[in-house]
Amino acid sequence: MTVLTTLPKPARSRFAAGRVVRALVVNPGALIGAIILTALVIGAIFAPLLAPFELYATDTGPRLSPPTTGNLLGTDLHGRDIFSRVLYGGRFSLSVGIATVLFAAVLGSLFGVFIGFVGGRVDAVGSRIIDVMFGFPSIVLSILIVAVLGVGLVNVVIAVGIADIPHFARVVRGAVLGAKEQLFVEASRALGAGDLRIMLRHIMPNILPTMIVLATLNLGNAILSTASLSFLGLGAQPPTPEWGAMLSSGREFMRYNPSIMIFPGLALFLAVMSVNLLGDRLRQVLDPRTAD
Amino acid sequence: MIYFVRRIVGIIPVLLVTWTLVFIVLEIIPGDPVNLMLAGRPASEEVRQRERERLGLDKPVIVRYGSFLVRAVKGDLGDSFRTRQPVTEMILEQLRPTLELSAGGFLVGVTLGVVLGVVAGIRPNSWLDTSAMFVALIGVSLPSFWTGMTLIFVFGTTLRWVPIVGDGITALILPSITVGLFLSGGLARLIRSSILEVMNQDYIRTARAKGLAHWVVVMKHAMRNALIPPVTLLGVQFGLLITGAVITESVFARPGLGQLLLQSVLNKDIPLVQALVVYATGVYIVLNLIVDLLYGVIDPRIKLEQAT
Repeated sequence: MTVLTTLPKPARSRFAAGRVVRALVVNPGALIGAIILTALVIGAIFAPLLAPFELYATDTGPRLSPPTTGNLLGTDLHGRDIFSRVLYGGRFSLSVGIATVLFAAVLGSLFGVFIGFVGGRVDAVGSRIIDVMFGFPSIVLSILIVAVLGVGLVNVVIAVGIADIPHFARVVRGAVLGAKEQLFVEASRALGAGDLRIMLRHIMPNILPTMIVLATLNLGNAILSTASLSFLGLGAQPPTPEWGAMLSSGREFMRYNPSIMIFPGLALFLAVMSVNLLGDRLRQVLDPRTAD
Repeated sequence: MIYFVRRIVGIIPVLLVTWTLVFIVLEIIPGDPVNLMLAGRPASEEVRQRERERLGLDKPVIVRYGSFLVRAVKGDLGDSFRTRQPVTEMILEQLRPTLELSAGGFLVGVTLGVVLGVVAGIRPNSWLDTSAMFVALIGVSLPSFWTGMTLIFVFGTTLRWVPIVGDGITALILPSITVGLFLSGGLARLIRSSILEVMNQDYIRTARAKGLAHWVVVMKHAMRNALIPPVTLLGVQFGLLITGAVITESVFARPGLGQLLLQSVLNKDIPLVQALVVYATGVYIVLNLIVDLLYGVIDPRIKLEQAT
């Protein structure tokens, strides 16, 4: 009699990294998105090496100067180098966006799993809450949450993250409901697997591709929303070089030096667009059912 | 009919839950309301006590909660901490500019969104489709505050084609474009996929088989059906309009509900925040109800009574 020394590997899920990368590279839109995003991320990570001036250095050149060889993108009201600030700004704007999506994805998934798994009345009430939150003006919700927590970047992450929870909760709940009825779940339950094991081993891997697509599609929005709140004065405070906050403090001086407004906005726009380009393609590859 | 009554009664628990949440959220806001109201002015303990009584803060939470609900229904949510004016009055004063901006933005957004979506949807994978969807991608990726600032800089201060402040209709052009661009991208994508789906239906093939001209098939047969799903998302559009209004009003320094909300939060003017959120939820919930009811009118195939 042979004894099984190694357990058979579970079937490969649709999420195969190599295939995904290949599919992204052959699509011109996704390729452009990937290049732009990589450039912005490298600029943000290596800002201390790449930026000609330090984070808060003032009087790096004449004040409100247009682009020159000394200040590639010009200077702001305090003579700070806009190029350096845009590079550093990526650290704030991009990481805040990512943190927001992570926050929403974790809480949303937990909520979705909980109501989907328990079912019955809990599911009915939970779904209703998701429905109400879904179309509710998220900015009103975010502003209200900032009102409670106070102004600041971390609180903006929480506020926008909470407003984003229903997107994840709805998808995860649906997936859990679908998976609960699947034969392989029934089979593993028959083999004595507990709820937690079924969740982690069987249901989560199945919805991973959908979650990745959803997170990418939401990232663009999260970057935009958090920057909007900073622009409104509720998030990053000057002199933090967050892109939204930079636009906010530069708005009164844009007529004297338009680059004060052009470049932080352009960086923000390119970041959001590149994430959206990648998200659209990822959805076609990983989650063809929801793509056109 | 029974369905209508049921739906209308059905919004009561939703309103109750959201308003309760608003009440709880504002209860846990740090800071003594009396201090916030006095805004740093010195006051004797006697004055403070009188204010506390006037605001009903000396009563237990449950009593305050009850009176909050009653006043919310009656539309009397107290006076602003800042201006001492009834908050409902303040909101009504700022309603007109926001409605104008929303109407303008909606017009621009829907026009642009429908044109882009239809152009892309009837010729999928053509260069027209690619270009229209590229424009839509730009629409969803543009930060609207940046769009607004760019429009102000180019058309307002540099070219001087349109005024950027004022009450006239010309002063509404740039803000409307700002809100509209923000709306159009998502709408265009939605309409495109909706048209793609409709064009594969049997009745389109039948219409073509009858020998109808291409544009008749598109305009009369496809459009009517393709526009149903986007209409059902009007509730979501409302949310986007509000978001657009808050940001656009700030960029253009226009008066309106968005500015009022932002200022009320920054000033910790609790009664005003409370009233704005209470009314926003009310409008949102009623709007969704109307959309649901309209659904059956636009699409006779859906029998609302059966859907329950």
